[in-house]
Amino acid sequence: MTDLRTERLVHVYPDGPVRALDGVDLHIRPGERVALVGQNGSGKTTLVRHFNGLLRPTEGRILVDGVDAATMRVAQLSRRIGLVFQDPDRQIFSGTVRGEVEFGPRNLGMTAAEREVSVERALAAVGLESEAGTNPYDLGGARRKLLALASVLAMRTPVLILDEPTTGQDARGVATVRRVIDAVGAEGRTVVAISHDMEFVAETFERVAVLRAGRVVLDGPPGEVFAEGAWPALASTYLEPPLAAVVGARLGLGPTPTDATLIEALRPWRYTPAAG
Amino acid sequence: MLTLESVTYRYAGASRPAIREVSLRLAATDVVGLCGPSESGKTTVCLVASGLAPRTIRGALEGRLLIDGEDVAGRPMHQLVSRVGICFQNPTTQLSGVSATVYEEVAFGPMNLGLARGEIVARAEEALEALRISDLARRDPSRLSGGQMQLVAIAGLLAMRPAHLILDEPTAELDPAGARLVADAIGRLAGEGRSILIAEQRTDLVARICHRVLVLREGRVEREGRPAEVLSDPRSRDLGVPEPSAVRLRRRVVEAGLDAGPVDRVLDRGATAIGSRRSAGA
Repeated sequence: MTDLRTERLVHVYPDGPVRALDGVDLHIRPGERVALVGQNGSGKTTLVRHFNGLLRPTEGRILVDGVDAATMRVAQLSRRIGLVFQDPDRQIFSGTVRGEVEFGPRNLGMTAAEREVSVERALAAVGLESEAGTNPYDLGGARRKLLALASVLAMRTPVLILDEPTTGQDARGVATVRRVIDAVGAEGRTVVAISHDMEFVAETFERVAVLRAGRVVLDGPPGEVFAEGAWPALASTYLEPPLAAVVGARLGLGPTPTDATLIEALRPWRYTPAAG
Repeated sequence: MLTLESVTYRYAGASRPAIREVSLRLAATDVVGLCGPSESGKTTVCLVASGLAPRTIRGALEGRLLIDGEDVAGRPMHQLVSRVGICFQNPTTQLSGVSATVYEEVAFGPMNLGLARGEIVARAEEALEALRISDLARRDPSRLSGGQMQLVAIAGLLAMRPAHLILDEPTAELDPAGARLVADAIGRLAGEGRSILIAEQRTDLVARICHRVLVLREGRVEREGRPAEVLSDPRSRDLGVPEPSAVRLRRRVVEAGLDAGPVDRVLDRGATAIGSRRSAGA
């Protein structure tokens, strides 16, 4: 399993004076499920692209299991860290769904038997097992995105990074993404995901890091990050907590980031006549 | 009025139609939502309503598209763009890529119509004003936030002065602030007399801005009505349309055997915004 750490990470793109990342210190422990949230342009995508070497720091460093990522090649990093882009068309290039999913495992040097298992499992995880022979471009955009997820899943990296995995997914697609994250997390692997959907974030992740202008402004479990005391900081980056968190706070029930936690907090009310 | 009359559309090379016998009417000031799971036909309805299918995106159309009472079957695309505009999901791919400023980008359509200079200026300024992005006029469009870019794309459509706007998941790729900018703009544009069709997965947004909603499944219209009724109906959930957050939360509370009263009181008071609903437009 893999430990990720950034130290005062700064990134300045060559064409602009803006610090896309402005001193990010983040320690992601093996097996953690972390959501990165914040406005467009707050640095989320820039941050995750450092983890697999697509971008290199302007200042500061990234440590992968204690080793400075600057000393590692992209090929070495990609064995440990799988990144699924927001736009699947940036990574899909095979003529069939199976070929697409098999590409990564083949590059990692898995045997034919290992590949077979990996590909079958990955396709089943995203519900594309019956589409193995289909051309990726005959799938709709939402399913192409699940295909991109499967192709990274098949590499069985200790860390899985997802850039806006639920964008464009319908209710079933969102449920599929959540199941995949839960399953990967249950195996002790790390999941880092960028998302704009705060309800999805609160229900799926154990930790939420909020970025604003290249800095981490909030970092903690959903109950903490979406609690009333954090609302001003959230509002400063134009985010709103999940509805359950707001309802719970209005009723004085404490942190209730999800429907389920709100319901648990409401239970004792049943026995309190005054509150009925 | 924009009307689809029993439209069936099969893309060139496809074995079966993407939509079947879809009928809808969009009157002035209407905001109509199109919901349904992925691949249920939402985008195809948008493409047909805009005229792009079959003119640019080839296929076989049965049924009729009427714009302001006229069957436009024989009309080429360039005659439709002043009457109906379409906006897609991805804000970056819709910009021309040749404009150095937002102003030029918005004026691009009217310039291509060969209008007089004064008319082009008037239209560009009117469109920027309508979306409240006049302050962005001198900015480089490629350096805006996603939400701002989407507003520029919509302003570019408005400069063509269409009475009807078709929006295909216009907020899907935007952050919450960007989505709010676009949603607020949609409400205002309808209020000014345009008719708007919006395909949308986020039912919280549909519940907030739409007057009517259609639910598609496998290319057919399965449900139609007021958002409050259609979106809280369990049958819509079975069709793959998620409930708005408030509907879902309330249902779960009731299903847990609890009194929904306290939750209802918060929801009814509208006390669910956390304040600081500031615009991100500047």
